[in-house]
Amino acid sequence: MNNSILKIQKVTKVFGGLVAVNKLDLELAEHGIHSVIGPNGAGKTTLFNCITGFYKPESGDIIFGDHLLVGMLPNRITYLGISRTYQNIRLFSNLTAIENILVGQHPRLRAGMVDAIFKTPRMIKEEKEALEEARRLLNFVNLKGKGDLLSKNLPYGDQRRLEIARALASKPKILLLDEPTAGMNPSETQAMVHFIRRLRDELGITILLIEHQMRVVMSISEFITVLDFGEKIAEGTAAEIQNNPKVIEAYLGRGAASGLSQKQAAAAA
Amino acid sequence: MLKRFRERFTTTDFFMWLIGGSIVTLVVVGSIATLSQGTYTIRHWFDFLVFGLAQGSVYALIALGYTLVYGILRMINFAHSEVFMSGAYIGFFFATAMKKSGFLDGNPLLALLIIFAVAMTISVVIAVLLERVAYRPLRKAPRLVPLITAIGASFFLQETFRTLFGSASKAYPDMNALKGTFALGGPFIIQKIQVLVIVAAALMMLALYLYVMRTKTGKAMRAVSEDKDTASLMGIDVDAIIVRTFVLGAAAAGAGGVLYCLMFRQINAYMGFVPSIKAFTAAVLGGIGNLPGAMLGSLFLGLFESIGPILFLDGLGVPAPYQLKDVIAFTMLVLVLIFRPTGILGERLATTKA
Amino acid sequence: MLKRLQASNWYSALQMGLLGGIIAILVSLVGMVEEFSLRDIVFNVIDMGQTILLMILVLIGNFTYRRSQSARSLNKWLEAALAGAVVGLMLWLLVLLIPALNMRAVFLNASPRLIQILTFGNEGVIALVLMLVVGGIGSLAGAVIQTLPSRYSNAIFQGIIWVALIGLLQELLQVILTTLGAHGATNWLFGDKGLSVVGAVVIFGVVLALTLYRSGNRTTLQARIKALPPASQWAIRWISFAVAIPLVWILPTILTTYPTDVANSVGLYILMGLGLNIVVGFAGLLDLGYVAFFAIGAYVMGVLTTTATGPNAGQIVWGPQFTFWEALPISVFAAVMAGVFLGIPVLNIRGDYLAIVTLGFGEIIRIMAGSDFLKPYIGGSQGIVEVGVGQIGPMFFNSPRTLFYLIFLCILLAFFISTRLRDSRIGRAWKALREDEDVAQAMGIHLVSTKLMAFATGAAMAGLSGAIFASKIGSIYPHSFKLLVSINVLALIIVGGMGSIPGVFVGGLLVFGLPELLREFSEYRLLVYGALLVVMMLTKPEGFMPEATRQQELHDAMSEGGAAPPESAPKLAKSPAKSGS
Repeated sequence: MNNSILKIQKVTKVFGGLVAVNKLDLELAEHGIHSVIGPNGAGKTTLFNCITGFYKPESGDIIFGDHLLVGMLPNRITYLGISRTYQNIRLFSNLTAIENILVGQHPRLRAGMVDAIFKTPRMIKEEKEALEEARRLLNFVNLKGKGDLLSKNLPYGDQRRLEIARALASKPKILLLDEPTAGMNPSETQAMVHFIRRLRDELGITILLIEHQMRVVMSISEFITVLDFGEKIAEGTAAEIQNNPKVIEAYLGRGAASGLSQKQAAAAA
Repeated sequence: MLKRFRERFTTTDFFMWLIGGSIVTLVVVGSIATLSQGTYTIRHWFDFLVFGLAQGSVYALIALGYTLVYGILRMINFAHSEVFMSGAYIGFFFATAMKKSGFLDGNPLLALLIIFAVAMTISVVIAVLLERVAYRPLRKAPRLVPLITAIGASFFLQETFRTLFGSASKAYPDMNALKGTFALGGPFIIQKIQVLVIVAAALMMLALYLYVMRTKTGKAMRAVSEDKDTASLMGIDVDAIIVRTFVLGAAAAGAGGVLYCLMFRQINAYMGFVPSIKAFTAAVLGGIGNLPGAMLGSLFLGLFESIGPILFLDGLGVPAPYQLKDVIAFTMLVLVLIFRPTGILGERLATTKA
Repeated sequence: MLKRLQASNWYSALQMGLLGGIIAILVSLVGMVEEFSLRDIVFNVIDMGQTILLMILVLIGNFTYRRSQSARSLNKWLEAALAGAVVGLMLWLLVLLIPALNMRAVFLNASPRLIQILTFGNEGVIALVLMLVVGGIGSLAGAVIQTLPSRYSNAIFQGIIWVALIGLLQELLQVILTTLGAHGATNWLFGDKGLSVVGAVVIFGVVLALTLYRSGNRTTLQARIKALPPASQWAIRWISFAVAIPLVWILPTILTTYPTDVANSVGLYILMGLGLNIVVGFAGLLDLGYVAFFAIGAYVMGVLTTTATGPNAGQIVWGPQFTFWEALPISVFAAVMAGVFLGIPVLNIRGDYLAIVTLGFGEIIRIMAGSDFLKPYIGGSQGIVEVGVGQIGPMFFNSPRTLFYLIFLCILLAFFISTRLRDSRIGRAWKALREDEDVAQAMGIHLVSTKLMAFATGAAMAGLSGAIFASKIGSIYPHSFKLLVSINVLALIIVGGMGSIPGVFVGGLLVFGLPELLREFSEYRLLVYGALLVVMMLTKPEGFMPEATRQQELHDAMSEGGAAPPESAPKLAKSPAKSGS
């Protein structure tokens, strides 16, 4: 963990009486793939919301470069270079696929009202480049030819990838993926794993991942943090996590059949 | 440190505090000026107070409907003003008929009960129809759609009543039993009608509150307002509960309509708009979705509106300050939403974000 | 017994009949039937009041037929006829009850004339039989239309609509045709009121034939244009502009004064509609206080240009004398500033509250305008008179004809700005905001400033409209700026299609043009708007002219090479990060 890009220090988030995230410390290595796992309600999505500025933690610091993210507006955080996807896909459903990506490029573009009304050369050039970039991203996520469809009319897997493309459009340094393989069959999942690796290898983006499928987590992550009831119970590489008694207890002790079978599957893999 | 501050404190915040600050200053200076001039005696202030309470009680009855429906559907039932108006309007025909036959003054209590029953029934029927025809099919639609439907329904009902019964305002018949005043000793005098309004409204609210808090249906309502899907998994018939919510709100609004007419003695198809928008303000003021909040907010708004114009503006030399009482109410709405959007008592809703 | 009845198909027909009966009774009692009976569609044959009742019958018949579970179509027809007969029966009961209960004491429109219209002037059993038969036949017609192939039913429908429309607009069309020199045509086409029988048959036949021909051709004109390469599409668009603009330009010379004046009112509403379309349609901010900006535009124009100033000469004590042209940009600027100042506190507020707060703001402005407090400055309830008039050389912008050109140019400007903004980065941000505010923010869109831009642009257009309005009317009073105006404009953009710029024009013509020309309608205008908003939201929330999606992943771009990765992220990501710190 020599060059960390994002530092989360003692972050606590409380809803009413419920402590969703409790004094959490986390560091993200640059160009790494980092997974956050844990049973339902462990505070994973809350953590994402804290990083992206939708929740303001009660205490603690989130440091990105020389910026303190706590209390910053979400748009500003995106602007600094952190973007995300959602667990339940949240595309702009009545916009076309390509428009979704163009919206994603918003923080990188400059054209203001005057440019728009008078179609200044600067804006024409910018729009042309933005459109080209959007097409490139569309190709990159294998949605070539589907750019003019309304995003709500795309099949599920395409929507997932479009959402990632939209997040990539802002040229983030860190990409937060919230269960990117949820609801996918094994072959789609495999493709997604491959795709996430490509994001890191080809684009050099640091990836923070929430994932439930152990097979995915174990095969892709370079570093894993395990949350339970808002607290970090373990962290380490895939091998370390698999043998950590606390993790096994968190999953097995609860008797959650799905957790058990996934764990076994992961061990077998 | 400065950088951190600048990244967080936006121009918007600055403007908001500027606006809020200047209004508060105005209010304070105006109040001091009015009080130091001493134009108004303690008796005046007492009259304002009672009037404010009576007005606030009516607002409260309307506000309950807004707050209940918002609590469950997260929707501003814009047509609630017409639910309020329709009951009072039909009640008016019964009242005039009874006035003509002498029944109204012969058996005032029974007559009043009949008027209330008619008004509440009509309000309930209108509200249930609204829910069934206009709102239920749109429950899953984007936020703006049911709101626009509600606005359309509101205008449709308003105009239907106007064209059916004529545009002219009609005078509600007066009841001999409600004329006159009670002397409370000293300079304090209170009108009988105001007593009736405050007592009746208080009883209604109490009954409603107990219904929501103590009965099984009430519990189901609260469950639905927390989470519709889970509630339906628990075996609660969500549609039926929503209808009942509308019924409750409409019954309260119908009663409020009659009280309003008894107090202001005038009726027309547009009478619902202003009190309802105030009532909504009051519901927001108290924290929408929160029943005691709506009641408290309404009383507060009623008082504010009756005392405020004189207290804040008279001292500043503003001519005819009562013309501006609606301005004061609306300004208050904006201020509340800016500085405490969850209202005085806080919302009872889990506002889900992201 | 009841259970068996409920299970049978007749029961649902009865239900539909009851529903239709209630609607028909409502329409009768609010006075529409009587009021509209003054306007003939086909002279001496059918008037508009009857048409409305007939339409109810046809629709009820149609619905009954479609909802029917019966296997045999004969049964379905009989059911439809039954539903229609029920409507007739209910109206007959109404006719009986009106004198019996002295309903007129409560329902003002329950007049003898209404009874006469409903019973076709007959009494007793004859009336009953006649009403039942007409009801049955009307609904049967509705059912029969449904059995035809959709091509034919659609054509018949179109034919009826055009006959009704042309019949209703007889006065206007007669004037236009006479000016164009087609004097002969008007004589056989129209009667004293409405169409002549011959005219109706001819129009119906022509429309029927045209629709059948077009539906036979399958591909619509729009689809054919879309199939063309972009360059020719572009050319077609500009050619149609080049044809349309001169056409509109000569319109006032064809029309007489009154229709031109109507066109001007419609134009001012369209101008407002273009503005509100940005706020509601693009950005999804439901602004119910939109009239406030219209009022501010009007008042600034009034105060700055009125010649009735001084304590004795007029109501206003203070009046810097500006000309119309100087005051116009100031009015727009004032409206924009109001938009910004209102917007800053208000736009932080959660979505659904916005409607109420803006509504409150609109009311504040209206009450302030009418208050004694501001009377010395803006005239209070007596308003401002003698508002200035624009002048270029010898041309004064105070007649409908000259104003028409001014308004037309302003609409063109607003249209241009709307289109440009829609297709820009800001337009996309607005749409994203409309779809999902939280995600839009997560995409890096600054919520308040983006909303402010929508608000300010909308306010500018309303302010412009208000300023011209003040000059057009010559005097302004607070009661011109009621909530109704906001609702009217909202109805306009919803009918046209939220977010659709051409929709604003369609909505303006449908919602304002038509009713202005049918003066009987004014009494029921809001009633119909209210119903229209509800029905549109329930059945066609996207409006008559839905917002079109843009084709941006163009065909020629598709031929480019394979899935090349986008430029490496970190390299580019640095630039925004740097400028942000």
